[in-house]
Amino acid sequence: MKKTEIAVIGGGPAGLMASLAAAEMGARVTLIDRNSRLGGQLVKQTHMFFGSEKEYASIRGIDIGKILSAEVLKNPRIETMLDSTVIGYYPDDGVLGVEVEEKTFVKIKPEKVIVATGASEKFLPFENNDLPGIYGAGAVQTLMNEHGVIPGDNVLMVGAGNIGLIVSYQLMQAGVNVKAIIDAAPNIGGYWVHASKVARLGVPIMTSYTVKAAYANELTGALERAVIWQVDNKWQPIPGTEKVLKVDVICISVGLSPLAEILWQAGCKMKYVPQLGGHVALRNENMETTVPGVYVAGDVAGVEEASSAMIEGRLAGLNAAKSLGYDNGTFNEKRREALEQLESLRSGPVGEKIRQGLAQLVS
Amino acid sequence: MLCTKGIPTAEDLATRIPPEERRKKGPVVMIECFQKIPCNPCYTACKHGAIQKFEDINDLPSVNFDNCNGCGLCISKCPGLAIFVIDETYSETQATVSLPFEFFPLPREGEEVDLLDRSGTKVGRGKVLKVRNGKYEDRTPVITVIVPKELSMVVRNIKVGGDVS
Ligand SMILES: Cc1cc2nc3c(=O)[nH]c(=O)nc-3n(C[C@H](O)[C@H](O)[C@H](O)COP(=O)(O)OP(=O)(O)OC[C@H]3O[C@@H](n4cnc5c(N)ncnc54)[C@H](O)[C@@H]3O)c2cc1C
Ligand code: SF4
Ligand code: SF4
Repeated sequence: MKKTEIAVIGGGPAGLMASLAAAEMGARVTLIDRNSRLGGQLVKQTHMFFGSEKEYASIRGIDIGKILSAEVLKNPRIETMLDSTVIGYYPDDGVLGVEVEEKTFVKIKPEKVIVATGASEKFLPFENNDLPGIYGAGAVQTLMNEHGVIPGDNVLMVGAGNIGLIVSYQLMQAGVNVKAIIDAAPNIGGYWVHASKVARLGVPIMTSYTVKAAYANELTGALERAVIWQVDNKWQPIPGTEKVLKVDVICISVGLSPLAEILWQAGCKMKYVPQLGGHVALRNENMETTVPGVYVAGDVAGVEEASSAMIEGRLAGLNAAKSLGYDNGTFNEKRREALEQLESLRSGPVGEKIRQGLAQLVS
Repeated sequence: MLCTKGIPTAEDLATRIPPEERRKKGPVVMIECFQKIPCNPCYTACKHGAIQKFEDINDLPSVNFDNCNGCGLCISKCPGLAIFVIDETYSETQATVSLPFEFFPLPREGEEVDLLDRSGTKVGRGKVLKVRNGKYEDRTPVITVIVPKELSMVVRNIKVGGDVS
């Protein structure tokens, strides 16, 4: 059995910042990620980020990932385990079961755990939604930005949130034609500046539309046509409004839900909060859940943004270290700073949904 | 229109167009950012004090046009790609528009390209005056294109190649 002071599960922006903050206070950290490189969602984001300078605004996501990963890898107090998936948490003895490179099984006993596992994509039910050519937005980004492969020639994007808008833009950059971006909601959910970027490329955005069905080419079996139709203000489809689009790719980007498996296993008190994407753990201001010593940060604590994920990570890392008695003298100041930054990020109108969601959570 | 199509209306734009007096004096910034989002790199990018300090990170950018010298250094720093510089003094009949352009191939200086409006519709052809694509721009090149003066508030994108007609 391997021992560590703080185990951080997930090496996205939240987990990276949590590791750095805890190590800075003096704690020893083991950072575990199932991918072969650190960065989480950041490695797929080739666009510049929003936020303030402290959270690397105006730097591309992928570069933020590189900066933070490099700091983590050179920090002597942080041990990094890649290609390692946490598959179980046994609350009775506080042990994590980790599968390394899909062959060895390692048990780790940490004194504190920070869960920063991120979120997974939601899917959408419609006729033939399992045809070849229908992908989640994350898969499309991985194909293009990590493997340099384009998914097809003509795309229907479903979802006009930030992710749908950004991935549409990246598709157009890769020379793929986005025929339309549709969303069942009456308004664009993503930032208007992102919407204007794709509008300027000639991509039509159609709100109050959803997918009715997808159809395959009879010979190849691959997607050939999508049928979309309008919905009314009660989200009911309106017969007779169908439109046919010739596309070989449908990209689904209808939201994310927290990857909370480990938190359920740990016995954390969970609550369904739609504004945060699904079931999330109750926690206090220090990001500690109802199970003492188990912390959360980032999208798993409520689907939001990399900027807030980083600050939540920092908070969780600081507090976990402090609870073990580590403080390099700056704990109080750093904690206060992080709390202020979080509040300021969420204070505007686009933060309202998050504020409503969080109000239901504090334990 | 902004919240359903992503295209600002004339009323939206009226609040962002620099005053005519100022436009007559030379290049000047136009910021097409209409929604309060947690973002402020435009403010930190401007070294001339033309973009007012953000009291709250969710504030909308507010421009002091008299301090803006049209240098365009804010264009590539805006993650929303919402900043343009317009020069209506380029010639008697022509203006220039500087815009962010993240597509390959980049145009060459002197090349003719399609001029597109905010919906991506072609509104004419114009010559590229300048391509800035250095370390500072960091993969968000800034293209300055010559447009007929009456299209200075219309052209917001270009298409390289396009049809010669
Ligand atoms: C297209 C797109 C555009 C975006 N644009 C922006 C933007 O402009 N600005 C912004 O602030 N945010 C943006 N975001 C959001 C941002 O990427 C996420 O909010 C952020 O990455 C969340 O960070 P995280 O650390 O919580 O999770 P993630 O980045 O998802 O990282 C979680 C990590 O945990 C690992 N993991 C999960 N389960 C396990 C397990 N059991 N064992 C081991 N490892 C595990 C995963 O492999 C992953 O590496 C965007 C997201 C997308 C998809
Ligand atoms: S163009 Fe130059 S002076 Fe004007 S706002 Fe931008 S950075 Fe400032
Ligand atoms: S940097 Fe761009 S998107 Fe951000 S506030 Fe300034 S103008 Fe708006």
